[in-house]
Amino acid sequence: MALKGNLQDFSATQLLHLINLARKTGTLVVEAPQQERARLSFKEGKLIYASLDGQDDRLVSVLQRAGKISEELARTIRARSDIKDDRELGLLLINAGYVTQKDILESVRAYVLDIVYKLFTWPEGVFRFEPNVLPVEGRVTVSIDLENVIMEGSRRLKEWERLQEEIPNLDMALRFTDRPDARLRSIQLTVDEWRVVSFINPRNTIRQIAQYNNMSDFQIRRIVYGLLQAGLVELIPPEGVEVKPPPGAPPAPTVVPPIQRRPAVKRSIIQKLIDRIREL
Amino acid sequence: MQIVKMVVTGPFAAGKTQFIRTISEIDVVATEAKITRPEERIKNETTVAMDFGRITIDDDLVLYLFGTPGQRRFEFMWEILSEGMLGFVVIVDSTRPETFREARLILDTFRSYAPVPYVVAANKQDLEDAWAPEDLRIALRIDPTIKVIPCVATDKESVKNVLLELLYSILELMEEEEAT
Repeated sequence: MALKGNLQDFSATQLLHLINLARKTGTLVVEAPQQERARLSFKEGKLIYASLDGQDDRLVSVLQRAGKISEELARTIRARSDIKDDRELGLLLINAGYVTQKDILESVRAYVLDIVYKLFTWPEGVFRFEPNVLPVEGRVTVSIDLENVIMEGSRRLKEWERLQEEIPNLDMALRFTDRPDARLRSIQLTVDEWRVVSFINPRNTIRQIAQYNNMSDFQIRRIVYGLLQAGLVELIPPEGVEVKPPPGAPPAPTVVPPIQRRPAVKRSIIQKLIDRIREL
Repeated sequence: MQIVKMVVTGPFAAGKTQFIRTISEIDVVATEAKITRPEERIKNETTVAMDFGRITIDDDLVLYLFGTPGQRRFEFMWEILSEGMLGFVVIVDSTRPETFREARLILDTFRSYAPVPYVVAANKQDLEDAWAPEDLRIALRIDPTIKVIPCVATDKESVKNVLLELLYSILELMEEEEAT
């Protein structure tokens, strides 16, 4: 089965949300119109590696860029042909006392996150997910929870239109999804995001939460979008309030009480329909 | 003669007309017009009012299938067509992520018309670029209790399966209500 499309239609945050929820293993390849190509690898829904075409992703370069090793040491390492792969190089550097294991993991993590955050700035780009394709053997990988990455990606969103499409109606309320305490503990939220979280309640509309916190429509939409994409909350009609969509906004049908009744049909009729369709 | 009705809805060019054509015992009464807008030129004709198909169950019972126009400018027809429906099918073209957001909006709109069961048919599953039904579920934010069924609208067995799943959902709801 394919997982293909364009970031114009399905954003990077939505993609990461899908990969996270479906606990996918494989590599996401995204090609931007300016010939840039990023590869993001995932294992059971966690981000483990990333690379960008045209950027050297070997450990020696990652450590040098992070300032963990000197230019001279990097040159010496590159000149040696007996070091098989990045894991072996990492061990050599740790044993020789140049870096610690923490230095290596932090540098790789920062390098990977840098690429993902770059992806959030691409307004378009063709993507495809290659199931079960992982980085080449010998690379140093990390394990990054996607919720935090999604939240950070949402913080960087600048497209008002996308936020408007995703959250057309601020008169909806929010509800926490399963086990919010455990999940919230592992996510690094900003002060503004915590302020929004503290008001989440089926009786409070998004608009009210924005008013309590003195936030603009754009600010509240961006925070709610992040919480939605990170799978922390879901949109629901507010309890006990009849809501009208704002002027000019697309209709928000979920908050309007159903206007028609279900037709009164006997069970035997449904069974007849089932039997007939089975024999067609 | 008792008439019961189901609605087949979904975004533009998702395969609604084909779905009804595949299962209807009569030639589908289609109200199609030539496509004039360049951005909609992925097919030659589109439904402007409705598609109508029929399945005779027995001498006293007939099932009508109504297909809705996919374009928002014909939205005024949706509510008319949904009046008295037993349930509805939302057809999504699994190969066109650019229509997923529209599918979600249509789904929400029909849910607001009547509290009836519905299923999502992930159409064009025979094509290489099709998204998996479970990926579609996440992309469209569909509740785990709602069935997302793989579908090929040109294949009769596949269409039968979608309709049967909808009928099973209707039956389950009736059983739940009887139990409470």
